[in-house]
Amino acid sequence: MLTDTLYITGSCSIVDNLVIKNGAVLFENRGLAAQPFLVAAYQHFAINYPRFYKMDSLAKLGWLATEILLQTGFDKTTYLPEDIGLVFCNRNSSLDADIRYYETVKTIASPALFVYTLPNIVMGEICIRNNFKGENDFFIFEHFDAGFIQEYVSHLFGTGILQACICGWVEIIDNAYHAALYLVEKTGTAINATFTAENIYNIYQTANG
Amino acid sequence: MTDLKKQIVEQLNLQHIKPEEIGDDQPLFVEGLGLDSIDALELIVLLQQQYNIKLNNAEDGPQVFRSVRTMAEYIKNHQA
Repeated sequence: MLTDTLYITGSCSIVDNLVIKNGAVLFENRGLAAQPFLVAAYQHFAINYPRFYKMDSLAKLGWLATEILLQTGFDKTTYLPEDIGLVFCNRNSSLDADIRYYETVKTIASPALFVYTLPNIVMGEICIRNNFKGENDFFIFEHFDAGFIQEYVSHLFGTGILQACICGWVEIIDNAYHAALYLVEKTGTAINATFTAENIYNIYQTANG
Repeated sequence: MTDLKKQIVEQLNLQHIKPEEIGDDQPLFVEGLGLDSIDALELIVLLQQQYNIKLNNAEDGPQVFRSVRTMAEYIKNHQA
């Protein structure tokens, strides 16, 4: 079942030492590896959430992209917590944390790393922060698939499961990372792109340079 | 206790806290430093890694990990 037109009311990408929101570069720090770059970005935006430091790389990346995406212009109180959901995809699941955890198993296994050895934990961190209680889905694909994201998220709106959705790609393995997240809502303004596969892909690709 | 505070900050990724800001008798959990159950497991790992001490009785945890001082006393009493 298809719904009426949906809008991309915001986007945030973190890739290649850049933080991009709605097409504008908000933060850049060349020369830093993934982990220190994410911490530098977190500190740049003056976010106060000490739990961030405990997260694994995937959770840091997805959590930070969501935090910046929602920082201005989104009033979550206009929705019920159950009506806001997350649909994420990536290529390597939680492999980055899995490898780090495996290294600790050789001596003494780290409980703090173990809890991040599932990809959907990033969505849990975001839901804890924002009190979101809607549908959560994490898909593993070989490549970014704008068509799938558009179709699946539209289905969630069309069947009344969601009224707002943060969706997109959150991928990190070692120092290669790319987050491209979209805020999707039923109402938008003239400046908001419609939620089409082409627009989803263009935002992803623009951030990719 | 200074070294132990540094080890706690490092082990638990408490990058927002300086070791010297942790009080000797400050509660580590809930209303104190705000540690959670996963942190408790990491403190057990810390004892094992840094001091070769195994916490054999889990029921001792709340008392041992009440503060930096109680941890330090436990380490002192259980080091070979």
